[in-house]
Amino acid sequence: MNNVTQTDNREEVRSRSMEALTPEIVAHIERCAADEHSESHLIGVLHKVQSHFGYLGREQMDAVAQLLRVPTAKVTGVATFYHFFRLEPRGRFVINVCLGTACYVKGAERIADRLREELGIQFGETTKDGMFSLEATRCLGTCGLAPVVMVEDKVFGDMTPDQVPALLEKHVKIWEEEKKAR
Amino acid sequence: MSDMKMINLMIDGNEVKVPENTTIMDAAELTLGIRIPRLCYHPDLSMQGSCRVCIVQVKGIPYYMASCSVNVWEGMEVQTNSPEIQQARRDIVELLLDNHPRECLTCERDGNCELQNIAYATGVRERLFEGERKRFPRETDSIAVNRNQEKCILCGRCVRTCAEVQGVFNLSQQGRGFTTEVAPAHGARMDDSVCIQCGQCINACPTAAITEHTFTDDVWRALADPKKHVVVQTAPAIRATIGEGFGLEPGTPSTGKLVTALRRLGFDRVFDTNFAADLTIVEEATELLHRFEGEGPLPLLTSCSPGWVNFLEKFYPELIPYASSCRSPMSMMSSLLKTWYAQKSGIDPKDIFVVAVMPCTAKKYESRREEFISADGIPQTDAVITTRELIWMIRNYGINFAGLPDGEFDSPLGESSGAGDIFGTTGGVMEAALRMAVEKLTGSSPEELEFTEVRAVEGLRERELKVNDDITLRVGVANGLTNAKQLLDAVVNREKEFHIIEIMACPGGCIGGGGQPYPPRGYRIFDKRLLAKRASALYEIDKGKKLRSSNHNPAIRQLYDEYLGEPGSDKAHELLHTHYEAKLPRGIR
Repeated sequence: MNNVTQTDNREEVRSRSMEALTPEIVAHIERCAADEHSESHLIGVLHKVQSHFGYLGREQMDAVAQLLRVPTAKVTGVATFYHFFRLEPRGRFVINVCLGTACYVKGAERIADRLREELGIQFGETTKDGMFSLEATRCLGTCGLAPVVMVEDKVFGDMTPDQVPALLEKHVKIWEEEKKAR
Repeated sequence: MSDMKMINLMIDGNEVKVPENTTIMDAAELTLGIRIPRLCYHPDLSMQGSCRVCIVQVKGIPYYMASCSVNVWEGMEVQTNSPEIQQARRDIVELLLDNHPRECLTCERDGNCELQNIAYATGVRERLFEGERKRFPRETDSIAVNRNQEKCILCGRCVRTCAEVQGVFNLSQQGRGFTTEVAPAHGARMDDSVCIQCGQCINACPTAAITEHTFTDDVWRALADPKKHVVVQTAPAIRATIGEGFGLEPGTPSTGKLVTALRRLGFDRVFDTNFAADLTIVEEATELLHRFEGEGPLPLLTSCSPGWVNFLEKFYPELIPYASSCRSPMSMMSSLLKTWYAQKSGIDPKDIFVVAVMPCTAKKYESRREEFISADGIPQTDAVITTRELIWMIRNYGINFAGLPDGEFDSPLGESSGAGDIFGTTGGVMEAALRMAVEKLTGSSPEELEFTEVRAVEGLRERELKVNDDITLRVGVANGLTNAKQLLDAVVNREKEFHIIEIMACPGGCIGGGGQPYPPRGYRIFDKRLLAKRASALYEIDKGKKLRSSNHNPAIRQLYDEYLGEPGSDKAHELLHTHYEAKLPRGIR
């Protein structure tokens, strides 16, 4: 190997991959990659990436592929197969409207209509200012509070369409305070 | 055989006996000669069981079973062809057709389409199910391989071929449900992916969901242009396969008819890429001998398969220094056509239009590599067409290929040794190189010119060849990149030492290339019987030649005397050698 020049791009690809993720996620992937069936960790790794970034960006998926050594086509195949994975950035607040049976019977559709109207977006979309994303979800397991809306991890029960503007306003205020703090 | 457990079962009322672990599909074919229709199944690929075309009825089982993926059991009673199962199969095919464009008449695979054949065989005579059809934009601008997902039936044969045969894993099903498509990561164009352009996915596809980027229009235009001097070169493997396009028995050597057909199409000169294959050997064997003396690293990796070169650059860039710097025979030839030949014949290189007939889709990509584009922006190889495209051109022109008299290549770029011919099959480049290298190492021609032990028909071979008491050559030969990975990993990890490794991207070598004719009826892709027949045509041509070593080709000597000087000279390096570099996206191996 003495007169062999360096033609490898492994380190370059590797460092670019590490930059696209956080040190903590990289360390997690490296632990997974050492496993005999490392590819079986793919979904778990993608969950971790999404919970940090809010979505799976192209650079992040490429990085997962390189570091976990799973073909990139497989990574994007899995990411596009499952509804839970998002390929676009989400808003600051993700609003999940439960359309499970109990909520549906108790008028979830009308709450959804009101949210669509107030926000000017459809399910799966994000407001232009990046503040809200609107999602439909199935049963959240809080049927006693039906109909429910979940914003981030917080459940709001016994919702009526008229409560929608106040719910939104509350989060706009949080957003504005966050802005000031920055 | 005696200790193999046998299973007794009934198929269509016949008592049969087959070894355990035989599938219902194989049992029906092996014992009764019943070929159950199939689409997603391929014996060389992993099991998918998704198309459901091969369903049968099994007594006591309340649902239809996919015969490709269920093993027989003792006392099983199978019905392959009741009215009920025939109707169910027909419905399944009809449902596939319902979501498929009604474009058979204008489809590139009309007549070669497995879906079409199965629709006929299963008795679909009208289309009863009318529903929404999936819509996808068609990819048309990748240089070698393009996708048309509206024709995809999601059988996954291309996905499995890319991953399992080639170790590339560029394709996967993306999305879900009705909008699922087979695509590279991120749904990227083939040219922007880790695709190595080998075209095996085209061969594996039962329909026309993946096809080559065709250049026949460019060729017709050049032929019709009186200002253009249109020359053609044909790769070693074309003569072994083109006859299949005209009903000739696979393995029929068709060199003479091929030359005549090309003249009838109107090419001004018909040259043989084999000439450049001989030239490649002279340059590459010289390179090997230099490396033997310590000038450069061993093993020497051959570099004439452009699919393999792409794989090297994307998957094993650290091995680039080991690759031979020799251009492929096609690119050597094109380079000479626009220099030496142009000069000799007094034609402005700008007026020469070089067409290359190749068994290969990756050659289309190679022809557009920036290293092979002249300063004025004109590629040295103007158009690359595959064997399939040439077959179509000959048909389009109305030429009766089978009835053509034999013609001869033009001189001097049409003269070649038998060593050039065998380039088209696995082990051929190695064998050709050995014919010359052994002579140079020992000072005399080898007594036995046929190095049959390097013919890696099973896909992968490692051999030690004793040249004389002092020299033993350690060689590796692989075709299909999953096989090649084993040799490459051994080199990367320094587990094994080789002097020379020949790698062909496609199974069987160029005779199994991504641009070769779709298998005739009775054969399938990767079919060892078909590959053996095609290879035998090349060995037959080689045997029939007086001239069998590249370095004894007088036309090659003339080229060095008149133009290049010595093998490995500066001029030779300028015109016949190249360089490689790591390419992105990097493949995961």
